[in-house]
Amino acid sequence: MADVIDHPSRTAATDARTTSGYNFAYLDEQTKRMIRRAILKGVAVPGYQVPFGSREMPLPYGWGTGGIQVTAAVIGPDDTLKVIDQGADDTTNAVNIRSFFAKTAGVATTDRTVEATVIQTRHRIPETPLSENQILVYQVPIPEPLRWLEPRETETRKMHALEEYGAMHVSLYEDIAKYGRITKSYNYPVRVNGRYVMSPSPIPKFDNPKMDRMAALQLFGAGREKRIYAVPPYTKVKSLDFEDHPFTIESWEQSCSLCGAGDSYLDEVVTDDKGGKMYVCSDSDFCEQRRAAGHVGDGGDSAYATRDKIPSGDEQ
Amino acid sequence: MAVMTDIKPGFRDPVLDSQAVFRAVLDAMARPGKLHSLSVLDDVPAPLDAATAAVCLTLVDQDTPLWIGADLRSQGAEAFLKFHCGCPIVDDPAKAAFALTSAAKLPGLDGFAIGDDSYPETSTTVIVQTGGLAEGGEGLTLRGPGIADTHRLAVSGLRTGVWREWTENGVLFPCGIDLILVHGATLAALPRTTTVTEQEG
Repeated sequence: MADVIDHPSRTAATDARTTSGYNFAYLDEQTKRMIRRAILKGVAVPGYQVPFGSREMPLPYGWGTGGIQVTAAVIGPDDTLKVIDQGADDTTNAVNIRSFFAKTAGVATTDRTVEATVIQTRHRIPETPLSENQILVYQVPIPEPLRWLEPRETETRKMHALEEYGAMHVSLYEDIAKYGRITKSYNYPVRVNGRYVMSPSPIPKFDNPKMDRMAALQLFGAGREKRIYAVPPYTKVKSLDFEDHPFTIESWEQSCSLCGAGDSYLDEVVTDDKGGKMYVCSDSDFCEQRRAAGHVGDGGDSAYATRDKIPSGDEQ
Repeated sequence: MAVMTDIKPGFRDPVLDSQAVFRAVLDAMARPGKLHSLSVLDDVPAPLDAATAAVCLTLVDQDTPLWIGADLRSQGAEAFLKFHCGCPIVDDPAKAAFALTSAAKLPGLDGFAIGDDSYPETSTTVIVQTGGLAEGGEGLTLRGPGIADTHRLAVSGLRTGVWREWTENGVLFPCGIDLILVHGATLAALPRTTTVTEQEG
């Protein structure tokens, strides 16, 4: 698991500035002002994509440059930052972004969802419900939900302006006509506050219901596409569907092999080259907290199941 | 023309102070009607309130034309804003990204830029210096995104007719102006999505 740095004072922030040679949180102040103005207008017009002057960041597009710029504009010395990639705190992208802000802003970092004040995420929403004191920052690759239906920006902008979303419903209907159900399993389009159709970023549709009336503020940053958008707290977020084909989320027959959770989003992990596999929570902090509280899975990994000699389900 | 020594100082720490003020404004905009107290500027040029000056130092720069209502114009205030923000000051509120006004002399809300349906973010953010702000209890009932159910906010010193115009502003969605209400070092915000009901009776 990643290192956890003690909560800093203002001095730590100042130290980070003088030792790293960069401004606090990397970006220059004029860039931050520009991003901050875009964020505020995004909050005022929920679900609308505000264009902004995305900057070159010290990592390539596709690695979360939009999310990083939003986080850099928002974060302060008293914040505690958590970064997840596909739910996990210990993947390359998450570790790097966390250490980037530990270095350039001197902020405290954590793996614990409940301890974080700012959570930057790639492709998941934590299982633990977020609170009013938290901000969730999404990394977004393609912010335009209509892009696969209409490649021209001039046209998609007009479609949003005129609230013309028929094409999106037709594409979902075509899925039903062909396959009997809507096959989109991630990046499932939502309607925000009854107006804008919005891309929730490539989160699994399992996470879509968590966006609805979430207590935390949700901010979205797309670096390459140069767009910022937002969903204020307690705002209605509805996944698009039809009366006779209501929106549903994924479910599993299995539960987590490590913590036994039956209600979390599961990753399938291949364990050997003989077809062995196990299902584990995608949210690593959620899984860890459950295990710390004594929950045990059926032990897809027998070494784990016998680790502390707790009877571990039907396979023993 | 004010001499340099007459210009009041800006933030002690421009980086961290503007971050703190932005977070207050962000939370205010995300949770309409919630009050925030700033503690970053204590010596601001009259007739600006501390929160007005702080919000300007945080968000206004050479890219954002600023309109200032006649009763908030003073040599000290203009010199302060020009020096610290470097913003162009415009005479037409419809050309301003930010506007400063007192609650009593608030111009008609339809005089500001409302953006257009394709680019609704190009509307004016109006900073209004009020005679007082109070949460809960008496006053207006707020509803909309950012508010779990309803929120109560009392605003003093406003000219009459503002909330009727605000309702018309809301109908323009996604276009429309956003308000930052200020009193001393306290601020609250009303984005265009917030519906305001004046207390019955």
